[in-house]
Amino acid sequence: MTLLNIVLALPLVGFLVVLLLPRGGEETIRRAAIAIALVTFLASIGLATGLSSEAHGPQFATDVVWIPSPDIHYHVGIDGLSLWLVVLSAFLTPICILVSWRSIDKRVKEFYAFLLLLEFGLIGVFVSLDLFLFYVFWEVSLVPMYFLIGIWGHERRIYAAVKFFLYTMAGSALMLVGIIYIYNRAGTFNYTTILEMFNSGKLGFTQSQEMLLFLAFFIAFAIKVPLFPLHTWLPDAHVEAPTAGSVMLASVMLKMGTYGLVRYCLPMFPDASRRCAPWIVVLAIIGILYGALVAMVQPNMKKLVAYSSVSHLGFVVLGVFSFTQLGLDGAVYQMLNHGISTGALFVLVGLLYERRHSLETADYGGVATAAPWLSTVFLITTLASIGLPMLNNFVGEYLVLQGAAQANFRWAVFAAIGVILSACYMLWLYQRVFYGDTPETVAGHMHDLNFREWAVAVPLLAMMLWMGVYTASFLPPITRTNYAILEQSKMNVRFHVAAPRPVPYLSAREARNAR
Amino acid sequence: MPAEFLPKGVDLIRFLPETILTVTGTLLMVADGIAGRRWSKAYGNLSLIGLIAALLAAVYAYGDPGPAFSGMLMADGFAAFFRVLVISVGILTVLASYRFLAREGAETAEYHVLILFSVAGQCVMVTANELIMIFIGLEVSSIASYVLAGYLRDDKRNNESALKYFLLGSFATAFLLYGIAWIYGITGSTSLVAIRSVLASRDMAVSPFLVGFSAALMFVGIGFKVSAAPFQIWAPDVYQGAPTPISAFLSAGPKAAAFAVFLRIFMTAFAPIGSGWEPLVWLSALLSMTIGNFAALTQSNIKRLLAYSSIAHAGYVLVALAARSETGTAAAMFYLAAYALMNIGAFAVVSHLSGKGDRFVSVDDFAGLATRQPMTAALLTVFLLSFIGVPLTGGFFGKFYIFKAALDSNLVWLSVLGLLNSAVAAYYYLRILVVMYMREPSEAATAAEPLTTGLTFALVLPALGTFFLGIFPSAVLNFAGKSAVLLRR
Repeated sequence: MTLLNIVLALPLVGFLVVLLLPRGGEETIRRAAIAIALVTFLASIGLATGLSSEAHGPQFATDVVWIPSPDIHYHVGIDGLSLWLVVLSAFLTPICILVSWRSIDKRVKEFYAFLLLLEFGLIGVFVSLDLFLFYVFWEVSLVPMYFLIGIWGHERRIYAAVKFFLYTMAGSALMLVGIIYIYNRAGTFNYTTILEMFNSGKLGFTQSQEMLLFLAFFIAFAIKVPLFPLHTWLPDAHVEAPTAGSVMLASVMLKMGTYGLVRYCLPMFPDASRRCAPWIVVLAIIGILYGALVAMVQPNMKKLVAYSSVSHLGFVVLGVFSFTQLGLDGAVYQMLNHGISTGALFVLVGLLYERRHSLETADYGGVATAAPWLSTVFLITTLASIGLPMLNNFVGEYLVLQGAAQANFRWAVFAAIGVILSACYMLWLYQRVFYGDTPETVAGHMHDLNFREWAVAVPLLAMMLWMGVYTASFLPPITRTNYAILEQSKMNVRFHVAAPRPVPYLSAREARNAR
Repeated sequence: MPAEFLPKGVDLIRFLPETILTVTGTLLMVADGIAGRRWSKAYGNLSLIGLIAALLAAVYAYGDPGPAFSGMLMADGFAAFFRVLVISVGILTVLASYRFLAREGAETAEYHVLILFSVAGQCVMVTANELIMIFIGLEVSSIASYVLAGYLRDDKRNNESALKYFLLGSFATAFLLYGIAWIYGITGSTSLVAIRSVLASRDMAVSPFLVGFSAALMFVGIGFKVSAAPFQIWAPDVYQGAPTPISAFLSAGPKAAAFAVFLRIFMTAFAPIGSGWEPLVWLSALLSMTIGNFAALTQSNIKRLLAYSSIAHAGYVLVALAARSETGTAAAMFYLAAYALMNIGAFAVVSHLSGKGDRFVSVDDFAGLATRQPMTAALLTVFLLSFIGVPLTGGFFGKFYIFKAALDSNLVWLSVLGLLNSAVAAYYYLRILVVMYMREPSEAATAAEPLTTGLTFALVLPALGTFFLGIFPSAVLNFAGKSAVLLRR
């Protein structure tokens, strides 16, 4: 029983415990949920400290047969790529529980049960090393999110929930075809074995087969990311979801897509990935600019943050398909940054909503006078989100831009415009909501942060600062894994890409100093 | 083979389930004549005992597999699998019927007798190794089913349902019989194994046109029974009109038996001309999935919706048949078992909620069920998720094995289209989840009585089965795989 199994099993245990608790005792349910979520988080920290920097391949691995024929294994393990995403999921779940403490008052039991089931599904997606198991968790995580949006969401929740489910389902149907096809050729679902078979030449696809397989996986991931033009489910889902749902959706669930790109598309279909990279990068840049421009004109705060996600995730995809060490590191780092800062934005918008019961920017104004601490927290989060140095997003965006510039300088130029635009829409939002006159409708409702809300805000702020200042705590394992993935993605590449100019690899800290 | 005056002992054992079912049915008829209404509460229990005994007999008969009655029947693993399946469907139907019959004031022995005979007919169908036996089994099962569809004879929709089912059903059976006549004329035999060897040997001048035509005729006949497109038109009307527990029964039991017959005939007798009928099945599979799913999207009546969904699921099974392989056969068997469980469960919930005279059968009547009866709603959720094919349910592994078998046989496009179809299907199943969980309680949900013991069993057993197939599928799949090999003998 490795620690990883415990981290994976705890939320499931929590789900069952919450289900079995009596319906009346809502306070007990909340306490049980947060206790289990916190224990899970502590255990996940154990993973971070226990990860060896020497070992190659997945660690804390367990591999036991689940179904003998077809050969499906319960095979889990983590490396630098999945580690922080697991920690991020475990970190945000207690925050989501705290955020929902008062705002969710109907069907409390089901809410926390679904939240913990969601955590189970998400962690499962990141730790699976068996293609089939990965698919199982991928689908399992869909169900609780569907209910979170559909039951506890806002007015158009049903439309949003169904749209979310169907988009993901359509994408994953194609992925399942791809997974089965690979199994029929390789005779195994084992991710590491499949990669070894690629390397030793035991398994190979023709160019067109590889392209179709790549597309089957890529479309499923691109819908989840979401990559322009497959993003239309996202604003609906975000706006209609309850705060906790928005946070989990933006911070962790979108990362399932980008994680999939890095974990599966690049190493397994290197040739097709490189062939498609220019087109994908164009879509990513369109997403960066389009998301930012649309965010600018949103009257609804949640929708604004949602479109800003489309823009930020464009950076991640750009970094991944730059095929450079820096770009890939930046992309993975940016996944975490986006998880923290956008999660925090959704939390804060949720707090505003709890007070004023409106998501429209026009209904606010002068909040800074009425609730100075809330405004301060919001400001720091805003600055993090627009990539101010010393805060987390800066590191990620910088690395992505640097990597993109190594691959093709023009990509970096266009993407950098997105950074400027993000400052425009976020600061403008801040100005409209927090400055100016305080109307009576706002002043009457706006109280400052209470203890519980501080407990939510402080960890998020601390992480923004820590990840922005001391990247050495986080980047080394990411870099190691990304190096291996990049090496793997050079295997069996028939299609010769113009190699990027050889730039000596710098660690993130050196990169910052060099600047 | 030498004719014998009396059947051998082993023949009787291999025919035991059918014997038990028929004897129980007959005893019930006699009891009805003697005691009439006075025993009305006991008939259900008696038929349940008979069915359980038959289930045990089916398992026991598998202890010594082999042919019976001069090779007319073949009590092999395949037969055992389907016997257990159709008898279980019978058991679950009876369990789901107690409440329904009490509500409608129609607790008679004849209802149970008809179910017993129908199940007996299905058992003969799945065991038969010869076309005439298949036909006899099919008729026994069908005639009982026609009557069951119109069981509430004062109800207009029941009558409509029975009449449509009977007229179209007999028409389709005629096709099957005509096909049997043709193939007998061509090969001189009705034994599946003999037909296979004649078709496989190339020294006889067998016209491919004539053989193909007879196969096509049989395909029409059986395609009707499994409600595969383009022979599916009857299904929505019949399932909607029939008493709800009977809709559950019709869409699970006879369908599984008909698929078993399909597999026997096409994978044994017509295996030599497989490449000829494959495109036919391919097309029918695609049509069934597409028509079923797209038509279900717009249904407001839940029974009709489930009817269209059953057409779509028949399409998925046909995908497995189009694979023409042992893995395909095993996948189809697995899927039929998973489908029977979830379908009976879903119909049982509908029956629970519908009220006297099917008052509440629109999708909107499920509104707020989760608030009023969280347990019922949770169980229906399990079945719906299994219909959608969410992992850890039987429906997921069913689909997985089917599309795996299809990809094994290089049916890439059929798999892609099928899986995209299942994404479309998710929409209408989600609609039911939406109204159950995300709307305020309706009149129906408020009026719903608590679950009775019979219904609880009829819901919990399939739900447990669905999870079992979804988490430990290998036990059932291995058995299906082994039986699928026997099939070719």
